[in-house]
Amino acid sequence: MGWKRKDLLGMQELEPAEITDVLDTALSMKEIAAREIKKVPTLRGKTVVNLFYESSTRTRTSFEIAGKWLSADVINFSASGSSAEKGESLLDTARNIEAMSPDVVVVRHKAAGAPALLARRLRCGVINAGDGAHEHPTQALLDLMTIREKKGHLEGLNVTIVGDITHSRVARSDIFGMRKMGITVTVAGPPTLIPAQCQELGVKVSHRLEEAIAHADVIMMLRLQHERMQGGFIPSIREYSRVWGLSPAKLERCRPDVLIMHPGPVNRGVELAPEVADGPYSIILDQVANGVAVRMAVLYLLAGSKGA
Amino acid sequence: MSLLIRNGRVVDPAAGADTVQDVWIADGRIHRVGPRLKAPAGAEIVDATGKVVCPGFIDIHVHLREPGFEYKETIASGTRAAAAGGFTAVACMANTFPVNDNRAVTDYILARAKVEGVVRVYPIGAVTRNLEGKQLAELAEQAEGGCVAFSDDGKCVMNAELYRRAMEYALPFGVPVISHAEDCHLAHGASMNEGLVSTELGLSGQPAAAEDVMVARDIILAELTGAHLHVAHISTAGAVRLVREAKARGVRVTAEVTPHHLLLTDDAVRTYDPNCKMAPPLRTKRDVEACLEALVDGTIDCVATDHAPQALSEKEDEFSEAANGVVGLETAVPLLLDRLVRTGVVDLPTLVTRLSTGPARLLNLPGGSLAPGAAADVTILDLEQGWTVDPATFRSRSRNTPFAGTTGTGAPWMILVGGRKVTP
Repeated sequence: MGWKRKDLLGMQELEPAEITDVLDTALSMKEIAAREIKKVPTLRGKTVVNLFYESSTRTRTSFEIAGKWLSADVINFSASGSSAEKGESLLDTARNIEAMSPDVVVVRHKAAGAPALLARRLRCGVINAGDGAHEHPTQALLDLMTIREKKGHLEGLNVTIVGDITHSRVARSDIFGMRKMGITVTVAGPPTLIPAQCQELGVKVSHRLEEAIAHADVIMMLRLQHERMQGGFIPSIREYSRVWGLSPAKLERCRPDVLIMHPGPVNRGVELAPEVADGPYSIILDQVANGVAVRMAVLYLLAGSKGA
Repeated sequence: MSLLIRNGRVVDPAAGADTVQDVWIADGRIHRVGPRLKAPAGAEIVDATGKVVCPGFIDIHVHLREPGFEYKETIASGTRAAAAGGFTAVACMANTFPVNDNRAVTDYILARAKVEGVVRVYPIGAVTRNLEGKQLAELAEQAEGGCVAFSDDGKCVMNAELYRRAMEYALPFGVPVISHAEDCHLAHGASMNEGLVSTELGLSGQPAAAEDVMVARDIILAELTGAHLHVAHISTAGAVRLVREAKARGVRVTAEVTPHHLLLTDDAVRTYDPNCKMAPPLRTKRDVEACLEALVDGTIDCVATDHAPQALSEKEDEFSEAANGVVGLETAVPLLLDRLVRTGVVDLPTLVTRLSTGPARLLNLPGGSLAPGAAADVTILDLEQGWTVDPATFRSRSRNTPFAGTTGTGAPWMILVGGRKVTP
């Protein structure tokens, strides 16, 4: 099918066929990573601007590599040392960047909805690389790609997402994307970290880790932000880790073919015991590798398939 | 000087009237109301055939922004917006710069209003100095200077002991204390209602409980002190229930609701449009239904706009960063006529009551009646007038409305203040 969107703002807006389209495109992109010369001319002459208002190593690097392998000119714009620090508004910065005629702007911002704001004002494509606690669609796409790669299919699988659902954009994008692909999603965490009316997103909610992971095909462990203690969400990292951390002992009672995922960066010893993070069930590094392929696919679909 | 409003449908809730009559105004006051009055020689005639003649509408919750924030609104522009929207009087909140927490600022506002205002302006004084919630403002002097109520609107006085003292201290002045009921800890700076929509959007939400808890506290304090508590911009089903119960118990509590809380839900936030961001936030369908029911049954005494002008630069921003508030003076009456009266949700006399008699009574203001001797503040409506909300035409200096582009039928046609036609 033909990709018709100017922007990729979230999984909530995508149709299942569009998700499949991205995943299939990503699969063909993945082959490039295995080549000795990792370069194709697909986006030659196109400009991709990485507009990152929040610190990020992996996502920004992933987009940068994806763009470069496709021969796009990739410019990194980070908020520190830029006009954003001098009080320029997001829209003013965007207008200035637009004046330089980029083809795609990849934006990460601490405010939910910031990419939507940009997308309304910019003629070029906008990719949401994470907005507040809203969405992080390329993460969900790479998660789906990794699961499909390992399990051979998506429909009918059971995925359990564990941790701070309330503040997680990864959780939201995963929930929206996985539900569309026929996956049964369970979210698990202390009630303080489960957002209001979460069931209405079409997920099961559990407040007991052992029960939530017993039948899971995939367990997605989320990063616990240390500042959650200040908000009164949890009493201590220590208690959280004991109750909600995935230890080898808890893993023993899971399905023998269970897969462990994590969007990174991992707090070793908090949500994941080191031996689980590095163990045979972990596919965390496959996620990272597929991240580049998914971002190549998305850049290609947004910038390359029109008029190229 | 005489003026005769001829042949209009006169809706005067105070008199229980709803018939076609003439209204004769002399020397700035209502002289007589009756069928086929004989105009005195030289009287100005206003032909109101097919129009609705009401006591002047009063908006008891607006932010005129002067002094201090004249780039958002001035007394001149804000009162013109009021006039264009069919209001003959407004009560303005204290969160100016400097704050209206002393007689000098009150005097300044009234002096500017006298020179530049085109409708009546009633200042509301701050409860606490600089709205800091720490020390009482000079309430006696402010009352003497003409403040018609006290409120730290925009902020909630979190210290219950201080609020109790404010209620007690205000008792001799016979004016209400107006509560911006929002527990700041439960609200934790969240920019929208907590619920399914906030969960989907990943925006921090504040629960309805942040309002309910504070309305409950303030009702209890009103019971303790015997003060008149007025709940500003009520927005939750829970707060409505609390007010209804308190009224039934005889507590001196009144409440207002804004047009946006009657007409929009948190679904409107899905666009991340900062013009849908205000305090309290837009709530759910269930809350809207509760507010409408309460507006009809009288649990809610009046509609007030919480007209909160903000400059484009303060609104054209990320949702969580953008300023709170929407303008309302120029859209309230048309929207309510179209969305509530034309659809039969609220009958016209009830709406007129909530816009005139209700607010006049609760702030002890002149007006709210077309009885002989009353000040001749009159709002005349044209129920057949079609409209489109075009912010570019606003008299207000600000444009922050969530209703831009919407259309409807029924609008204010003319207002008289003290018997004089006002050109907005």
